[in-house]
Formats: sequence, C-alpha cells, structure tokens
Amino acid sequence: MAKILVVTSGKGGVGKTTTSAALGTGLALRGHKTVLVDFDVGLRNLDLIMGCERRVVYDFVNVINGDATLNQALIKDKRLENLYILAASQTRDKDALTQEGVEKVIAELAEDFDYVICDSPAGIEKGAHLAMYLADEAIVVTNPEVSSVRDSDRMLGLLSSKSKRAEEGREPIVEHLLLTRYSPERVETGEMLSVEDVEEILSIKMIGVIPESQAVLKASNQGIPVILDEESDAGQAYSDAVERLLGKDIPHRFLEVQKKGFLKRMFGG
Amino acid sequence: MSIINFFRSRNKPSSASIAKERLQIIVAHERGQADEPDYLPELQKELVEVIRKYVNIDSDQVQVALDNQGNCSILELNVTLPDR
Repeated sequence: MAKILVVTSGKGGVGKTTTSAALGTGLALRGHKTVLVDFDVGLRNLDLIMGCERRVVYDFVNVINGDATLNQALIKDKRLENLYILAASQTRDKDALTQEGVEKVIAELAEDFDYVICDSPAGIEKGAHLAMYLADEAIVVTNPEVSSVRDSDRMLGLLSSKSKRAEEGREPIVEHLLLTRYSPERVETGEMLSVEDVEEILSIKMIGVIPESQAVLKASNQGIPVILDEESDAGQAYSDAVERLLGKDIPHRFLEVQKKGFLKRMFGG
Repeated sequence: MSIINFFRSRNKPSSASIAKERLQIIVAHERGQADEPDYLPELQKELVEVIRKYVNIDSDQVQVALDNQGNCSILELNVTLPDR
C-alpha cells in the first residue's frame, strides 16, 4: 500500500510543482516506486518540469472517464526506472475531476506504488481539495514572505479539517513545512523572515529549506528535476528533504551566509 | 549596505520583524475564526432581522462572538442601537 503525499501551499508560484518533481525523483532515486500526479486541471505543468510534455497522450481525466486505462496514461520517466507521471488534463471544464473518480484512480495507483505524490493546484478550490483529500502526509510549500505564510496557515487548517482522515476520525494528516527561495543574506540584514520565524508563526517543523538558487530556473528550462543537479545547493537541499521524509534526522544546510572569498568578491559569482 | 544606511537602520525595526509581528496577529485572528461553528454567520443574520422588527439597525451594528473558556462557551451579542 502506497503512502499518499500531497504537495500544497494555498498561494501560487511558491514552488509546488518544482517540489513535487524534486521529491518524487528523489524517492525514485532511493529505490521507491513513485508516481507523480498533477491535479492542476487546465493548467498542467508538471509534465514540463519533468521534461515529458511531448509524451503526454492520455491524462488523469481520460482515466477517470474511462477513455484510457491507467497503464496507457502513465508516463514512464526516461531517466529513472521507478518513476512515473500522470499528467493533468488541459480541459477547461472545472468539474472534470470528480471525488469518486479521483478516489478510484488513487486507490488503483496505491496498490502498485510505494509513493503517490499529488501536486496540488494553487487556491482552495475543488482541485486543491481533491489533491489533499486522500493524503497521509502533506508538504506545505512556503516562501518567507507574508502572503505565502498566511495562505500556508489557511491550508494547514484545511488539512486538519477537510481531509478524508478528518472525516473518518482517523489519525490526522502528518504535516510538514518546506521553505523555498530562502536567502540567508537577506535574513541576516533583517529583510526576510528567518526559518525560526516561520516555524514559530505556523508552529510546525521544517522538512526542508531550499535556498534561492539559479539552479531551479536552469533545471526547469531543461525539464530536469532540480534534485538531479547534485552540484547545486537547491538540489542538495531537496535531497536532504527526501532523507527527512524517509525518517532520517539530519541538520539543515545552506542556512548561513556563504562567506565570499577574495576572488569571488573581485569577480562576482 | 552603505554607512549612511547602516546608521539609519539602527533605530528602526527591521522589515522582517514587522512582517513577523503582523503575521502573528493575523494568523491568530484567522485561526480563531476557523474554530467558529458554521452557524454563526446565519445566526447573526437572523438576529439582525429580529431586532430590525423593533429597531432600525444596520447589519454591521450587531456583533456575534463565541468565546471558548475551558469547557464552557460564551456567546457574546453586541448590538449598537442608533441615537434617538
């Protein structure tokens, strides 16, 4: 039986899809059979971040409607043996995802995979609700910025009250916070909320802190999950987050200002 | 950071600490609202209608709040009557 994870945030543009792609790839790298499911109907992007946009034939809604089987719709990642993607539909029909349909497809995936990662759309509408409804664990992606932190708090409230686990009175969804676009330099000068500030406001622990990094845009430009850029700080920070997700207790990196050497100061970088 | 900025910024709180303070207030406020029962807005609406039968008031002149203290809840109703 798979563990079902939702990557959500409330606010858009904070890095949900980047995070889904990175964590899914990281889990597959460590030998876990993983499927990434894009819930953003009408605004599908996970395929682009994963670099498989030209191989999408059938999507999530096709499977729900019975126009395709799950095996036909699942896209196998070209880099990793254990990794699959289920693309969102580009339909403009906002009722294309139904609760019964989603439950059926996710249950079928859960039989075959170790991890099902649901990439939530922004907002708190139907798509976001369905993405988190069946989750066992949630990763709330947050930027160290006021509107993102406030929306994350709203999302944490919904996770604890509107999930299937909550409805059935089972153990609540395990919630994790993942801070992205973190800039230690700006924290030091008092221009940005620190990790401790965000943890204190939301009273929830960080599973990862991803530094603001040029590697993220570079990776998405190429359709390669940033975690595969093992040289980059963002890639390494995502790897650490995957380890913590798997239960390891390791300290956060990249929280301190990098002291620039003489040459770097002279020539930039 | 230039020297002038360095001295200027010493007295003022940093923008991050302002952000933190604002967030702590709004988050606490919104968490309180999230715990409210769903019937509260409806209750407020109907109370306004009842009071309107006797006194002409606006809907924003009635405040309904639920306060939880241990195992006892207090429903507080605050009506501002217009000047005579």
